[in-house]
Amino acid sequence: MNTCELFSLKDRVAVITGARRGIGAAIATLMAGAGADVSISDIDVSTGELDKVAENIRQTGRRALAVKVDASLKTDWENMVNLTIKEFGKIDILVNNAGGGRGGTLLTCPEEDWDFTMNVNLKSVYLGCKIVAPYLINQKKGAIININSVESLKAVLPRSHPYAITKSAMTMITKGLARELAKSGIRVNEIAPGSIKTEMMRYVWGQPGFDERMKQFSMWGRMAEPEEIGSVAVFLASDAASWVNGATIVADGGALC
Amino acid sequence: MSLQDKISLKNKAAVVTGARKGIGAATAIMLAEAGADVALVNIHIDNVEINGVAARIRQLGRKVSIIQADVSKKQDVDAMTKQVMAEFGKIDILVNNAGTFSSSKLLESSEDEWQQVLDVNLKSVYLCSQAVSAGMMERHSGAIVNVSSIEGMRLFRDKAETYPVTKAGMHLITRGMAREMAGFNVRVNEVAPGSIRTETMKDVWKDPAVMNQMRSAPPMLRLAEPEEVASVIVFLASDAASWVTGEIIAVDGGTLC
Repeated sequence: MNTCELFSLKDRVAVITGARRGIGAAIATLMAGAGADVSISDIDVSTGELDKVAENIRQTGRRALAVKVDASLKTDWENMVNLTIKEFGKIDILVNNAGGGRGGTLLTCPEEDWDFTMNVNLKSVYLGCKIVAPYLINQKKGAIININSVESLKAVLPRSHPYAITKSAMTMITKGLARELAKSGIRVNEIAPGSIKTEMMRYVWGQPGFDERMKQFSMWGRMAEPEEIGSVAVFLASDAASWVNGATIVADGGALC
Repeated sequence: MSLQDKISLKNKAAVVTGARKGIGAATAIMLAEAGADVALVNIHIDNVEINGVAARIRQLGRKVSIIQADVSKKQDVDAMTKQVMAEFGKIDILVNNAGTFSSSKLLESSEDEWQQVLDVNLKSVYLCSQAVSAGMMERHSGAIVNVSSIEGMRLFRDKAETYPVTKAGMHLITRGMAREMAGFNVRVNEVAPGSIRTETMKDVWKDPAVMNQMRSAPPMLRLAEPEEVASVIVFLASDAASWVTGEIIAVDGGTLC
């Protein structure tokens, strides 16, 4: 097997949530570029962005399926997985990327915001793993990749917030499932991105003079593009990572190391 | 840019220490498969193994150089670096893989034993990194991958041993250098293998009792081949890992998680 084959996802089927833009869209496009057919979903399909990602995937010569999914709803997951199986016949890769958060600090966060954040960031991962795992177990091969955050590892912001709490909890889903599913030939890993130019972080990099300040104060002098997380996800999904299991790969330009 | 372009190491020059067998040999071959010219460094070069590795790399159409060096000696490291520069003109990738296994207990080992393990496992990383880093920083391009062990991350036996101490020490070389060289576009990462079928560890895995224990240690219930570590090293050396630095990736089938 040569190196390119080792990193290839040829004829695999990937399911990616939260794929209309940012890291999810980058993972979807790069996985298609590596040879996978991709089922992409998002809670918001009204903007045309998800269809655009599907179009990009088709341009690579791979098949794409775009579905509206609220990842915190069991019925939405079931519907999407059924459609994916009908369209592609199997699932090899699950990327739990959908996420978000509300509520500033724990001490002032309204209860609805706490519940919302737990549901979109954590319940979504539980549901996705639970509903997709049987298909992976059945074929004795598969990879699950959870998209975490550097905020799970260190209190980056000077406040406690529900988002970071869900991301820390996600690590135990990753590790527990990595051990539980290993005997079925399934690997479960996560990526903890930091300083990525996504919409979620626009409030940081969208400020006037940001690039100048970045050059002065950051080690790298830049934030990273979503594609730089996409390539880590492709690696983890591929046979090149056959002995990587239960791992958290921090991709943050070294800020936390 | 497609993923295959990002993984590619076409026309890069790599140095792999301890390249005679095991993880070092597998890494050297896989780096060449990805397109790199490779300098094979070992303390013993008068043997069939290293010539076999060199032959494979030549077959792949890449340049190869076999260099005798004791990488725990500055004089040898300087001569080695000089020779690689003369033959390849640059060094893009350094894999600090050379090392020795020792089961000697800290409290019982002689000063000579301590010194030998420290020099081969830790001083070698300092010397080789120092020798190549100036060129990498000058060219604003480079990747260093250190090979440690999961034994440097958690105690597996109820005693203090010299070997894990050296591997734990490597973490701070990795992280410190990652921060120091980030501004020069040089990334430094580390793989921490566990349960790999290498010659160095054969005394361990050839004992049936230990073998059974080892086999059951990783949740994936097998030993891995050196190639399964090599592929992670290739990933870290490539642009696919452009935002990954200062990171320690456990390559252990999930033992640590």
